[in-house]
Amino acid sequence: MVNIQTQASNQDSLQAVDMMLNLGPQHPSTHGVFRLVLWLDGERIVRAEPHIGYLHRGSEKLCEREDYTQIITLFDRLDYVANLNGELAFCMAAEKLMGLEVPDRAWYVRSILCELNRIASHMLFYGVYGLDTGAMTPILYGFRERERIVLLFEAVTGARMMHNFIRVGGVKQDLPEDFVQRVNKLTDELKRGIEECDQLLTNSELFLARTKGVGSIDGPTARDYGCTGPVLRASGVKEDVRVSEPYGIYDRFEFGIPVGSNGDCWDRYYIRVEEMRQSLSIIEQAVKQMEPGPIQAKVRRIARPPKGEAYVRTESPRGDFAVFLVSDGGDKPYRVKVRAPSFANLQSITHMLRDAYIADAVVILGSIDIILGEVDR
Amino acid sequence: MLGNLKGLLLTLKVMRREPVTAQYPDPSKRLPIDKRFMGFPALLWDNSNDEPFCTGCMVCVRACPTQCMSAEMKDNPKFADGTSRRRKIIEKFEINLSRCILCGICVDVCNFDAIEMSHEHELSKFERNGARAALPQLLAMGKKYQAETTWQPKQPEKNLGKPPEKPATAPQPEKVGGVVTS
Ligand code: SF4
Ligand code: SF4
Repeated sequence: MVNIQTQASNQDSLQAVDMMLNLGPQHPSTHGVFRLVLWLDGERIVRAEPHIGYLHRGSEKLCEREDYTQIITLFDRLDYVANLNGELAFCMAAEKLMGLEVPDRAWYVRSILCELNRIASHMLFYGVYGLDTGAMTPILYGFRERERIVLLFEAVTGARMMHNFIRVGGVKQDLPEDFVQRVNKLTDELKRGIEECDQLLTNSELFLARTKGVGSIDGPTARDYGCTGPVLRASGVKEDVRVSEPYGIYDRFEFGIPVGSNGDCWDRYYIRVEEMRQSLSIIEQAVKQMEPGPIQAKVRRIARPPKGEAYVRTESPRGDFAVFLVSDGGDKPYRVKVRAPSFANLQSITHMLRDAYIADAVVILGSIDIILGEVDR
Repeated sequence: MLGNLKGLLLTLKVMRREPVTAQYPDPSKRLPIDKRFMGFPALLWDNSNDEPFCTGCMVCVRACPTQCMSAEMKDNPKFADGTSRRRKIIEKFEINLSRCILCGICVDVCNFDAIEMSHEHELSKFERNGARAALPQLLAMGKKYQAETTWQPKQPEKNLGKPPEKPATAPQPEKVGGVVTS
């Protein structure tokens, strides 16, 4: 009766409703605490919306009440997989403001350690990306290689992850005596390790099927989203801060910038493998060129940069990591703004996920290699 | 076929290998600790004068980014009877080790060579407040660190507490007409 009538009238407006699915924030493959809301039509993703902020620690605000030495510990914890690259960006900003001339040897130490950290970060990506695509073995290989680097870090800085090693105007300590010997041994081992990793995963049929042509993004669109680093380079844009705006001593090294063509997940993966090889070559050149000398410019114990502002860009493993520093002349900065590459790269996921299969969502998210500590700050 | 055999051979080889994992608290299986390893901060003991180096000046307390330390100073009784150069000495010191981020800033700022990152790194405790290390525990950690390593103060002439040997009464310069000759 009444029911029949309503059923009949409903018939005209009967249409499929998109299903809403929450991926995260506790999902293990979101690489931290990150929520992705997906609207699904069957197995296809119609719309995706990233929700961030679960790891917000207020680092930028904290910077306003800590002095310059203490802030370095905060920058350790932004990108917690590539700590030294974060420290370097902040110290460079403060140095630019103070007009400091950093000694050569300090720059060599910084470059070697930062490139090692890039390899460590990419090795972690390599292992975790294997897991994301359903392969169990790569993480064991990736962590084995990363462990070698981390052990060297422990010998140099005293800590495996939160180093607090780079200082405004130089570095904290000189390298230990046996460093050159150890780093040469390490580069040999890593060279073998990278080839092994490459053989294990790159051309595996299953891996290709999961990643080739998945989550493509073209160069101009990636640019529009503000992507940098491997995500942008995979789409065919040759852009690397180390080359386009060389900082420190990067103009003294010869290295290539790997560039992809399809902008799909496989390209993003393979660019990182190739980058590890380039970083190794930078390390080898740096160790050869390095000469003894001072490691710290003359800085007062409590740094007080003059009034003004500075903006520096560095190339972290995830892209263009930039720091904007405003000082009012005191011992604490007036404002610190971090341009986090993961944050910008993450926005492009809305584009990549459109019309993708739900099974590929994790593969695409993994290929961006986000660090939530840096996204949320 | 050949590939399968190769894979099988590798499996067999790995099967016969000794395990590389070890039960955790086994002291013989501990990983070696590097010389520069930064564990918890510890207070050092001045063996030359049998008292701690720390004067309780609070510089480290103010520089600590997590505000996990507190210190209190007192007049050094040994200074009063002339057996020490330290005017003040530490009375109470506490570091909340579970709050410390092992950054090493306290070591950098200390002017008296009194604090050092020891090799202590285990944090599991039975009580809720067990990780709040007070002065005796910090000094014990420091003594252990000094025994294990070849730690030496960076500025011994300034920071060792032993008073300088007084030269036996020096001959007084003769006074000639109010002008001192020496
Ligand atoms: S450890 Fe050093 S800085 Fe800290 S209170 Fe003692 S003497 Fe002062
Ligand atoms: S190591 Fe850092 S966090 Fe720990 S007590 Fe020293 S200054 Fe504070």
